[in-house]
Amino acid sequence: MLYFQKVSKVYPDHSTALHDVTFTVNRGEFLSLVGHSGAGKTTVIKLILGEEAPTKGTVSFESVNIHSLRKKKLALYRRKIGVVFQDFRLIPSKTAYENIAFAMEAAGRTDAEVAADVPDVLELVGLQKKMSNFPRELSGGEKQRVAIARALVNQPELIIADEPTGNLDPINAHEIVQILKKINELGTTVMLTTHNRGVIDDLKRRVITLDDGAIVRDDEHGKYSL
Amino acid sequence: MFFIKLKRVIKAGFINFWRNTVVSLASVFVMTTALFVIGGMVLSSALFSSLIVDVKDKVDVNVYLRTDASGQEALALKESLEALPEVRSVEYLSREQALVDFRERHRDDELVLGALEELEDNPLGAVLNVRAKEPSQYEGIAVFLEGDPSVGTTPAPIVDKVNFFQNKLVIDRLSALINILQRLGVVVSVVFVCIAVLVTMNTVRVAIFASREEIAVMKLVGASHNYTRGPFIAEGMMNGIVAALITTALFYPVTLWFSNFAGNFFGDFNVLSYYLANIVQLLFLLLASGLVVGFLASWLAVRRYLGH
Repeated sequence: MLYFQKVSKVYPDHSTALHDVTFTVNRGEFLSLVGHSGAGKTTVIKLILGEEAPTKGTVSFESVNIHSLRKKKLALYRRKIGVVFQDFRLIPSKTAYENIAFAMEAAGRTDAEVAADVPDVLELVGLQKKMSNFPRELSGGEKQRVAIARALVNQPELIIADEPTGNLDPINAHEIVQILKKINELGTTVMLTTHNRGVIDDLKRRVITLDDGAIVRDDEHGKYSL
Repeated sequence: MFFIKLKRVIKAGFINFWRNTVVSLASVFVMTTALFVIGGMVLSSALFSSLIVDVKDKVDVNVYLRTDASGQEALALKESLEALPEVRSVEYLSREQALVDFRERHRDDELVLGALEELEDNPLGAVLNVRAKEPSQYEGIAVFLEGDPSVGTTPAPIVDKVNFFQNKLVIDRLSALINILQRLGVVVSVVFVCIAVLVTMNTVRVAIFASREEIAVMKLVGASHNYTRGPFIAEGMMNGIVAALITTALFYPVTLWFSNFAGNFFGDFNVLSYYLANIVQLLFLLLASGLVVGFLASWLAVRRYLGH
């Protein structure tokens, strides 16, 4: 569903973040992207989200070149992707419920759909009792669950989790990965970037290893090998 | 869908306005100050206009007729003066009335009254009291009087003296001053309003700067530019509405204090009654200004963080 073809990215300060990267993400896959800091993981995600444009090559979702999309189409395209970040990126002025509802409202869902789906997805991540809490009143693990619920609620085709366990203790990290596995088993493609060796070795799924902006390994049942 | 989105945007704006108490208070305070400047300009320009009308009204030119001029001749001159386009009114004061007025003015002055008794005849001539539409037009009227056959060098002139030539300097200065004041008023108003609007915009910008992460997240979850911008604009417009209501109410104690303080310094003009008579127009003006400033300030501030 997602195609990187000979993609290079050079930032305005002449630093090369990616060099001639080619890979494909298949529908229903659980793919992990590993690498040191500065290996290019974040750049890959920014390219997928259309936050950055490649210097060379193309990034396509299905048959559409992401970087040829205009503002409006880009917003529509982003609704097909759910994103979870290491720093959660919740809207601080909105409650857990409102954060998730906002993603649905932005996608143009009706009030009835919002009222029906938000409690369901909060239940899926085990947070139905905290729906009225603001992000500042939640623990790191709880915030990440809200972020996952928000990413999930529009039934995206792809969920990108960028270091989702980076700020969490091992128990919470394990729980977050279990939730992502559950989501993947329900049919959603998941792309995970992480530093966490335990998480990768535990998953036993496809692993792409990036080093210095290039792909050095792509293993079907990979292990953390850096 | 449009109305659902509009409803959501307004609701989100209202919730933000309500929850960000400190930021909302600061924005409303600054905007109230800005609107107060705008309202103050409106009220003081009304005050100035009435003051100028008052002063203009006090300026006149007196045409003193000779004692041997007949009533008919005087009325003929009055009519020809009234035919001038510059002239607003001409008041005729007969010799007898002039004497009565003179006595009244000097009723406590024994010496003057005694001297008057010594005279056999009424020493005063009739007077034509001429008012022009604009102070600058007195010169034209005076020139007309000089060229008139009944004045100056022509045989049997009936005009003894026109006091314009004594008052010329004062009248010229006054019309120049009024001109300058009116222009200055416009310039000062524009400058003050610009400053007020800029300060408001900066405050809103700082408030929205704190929300730049929020804007980035909204974009990431796929909100369109308009949907991201909407709640901020709604919030800015709410600031404007609240500030307009506060400002309108605030003008009551201010004008009350001012009218007590100024007394009848400004003649018949009373700021308080002017404010009360025009409160609805003032409220609408301030609401419109508040809405426009709130909208523009938020729109410009968010635009910065929306990017592509």
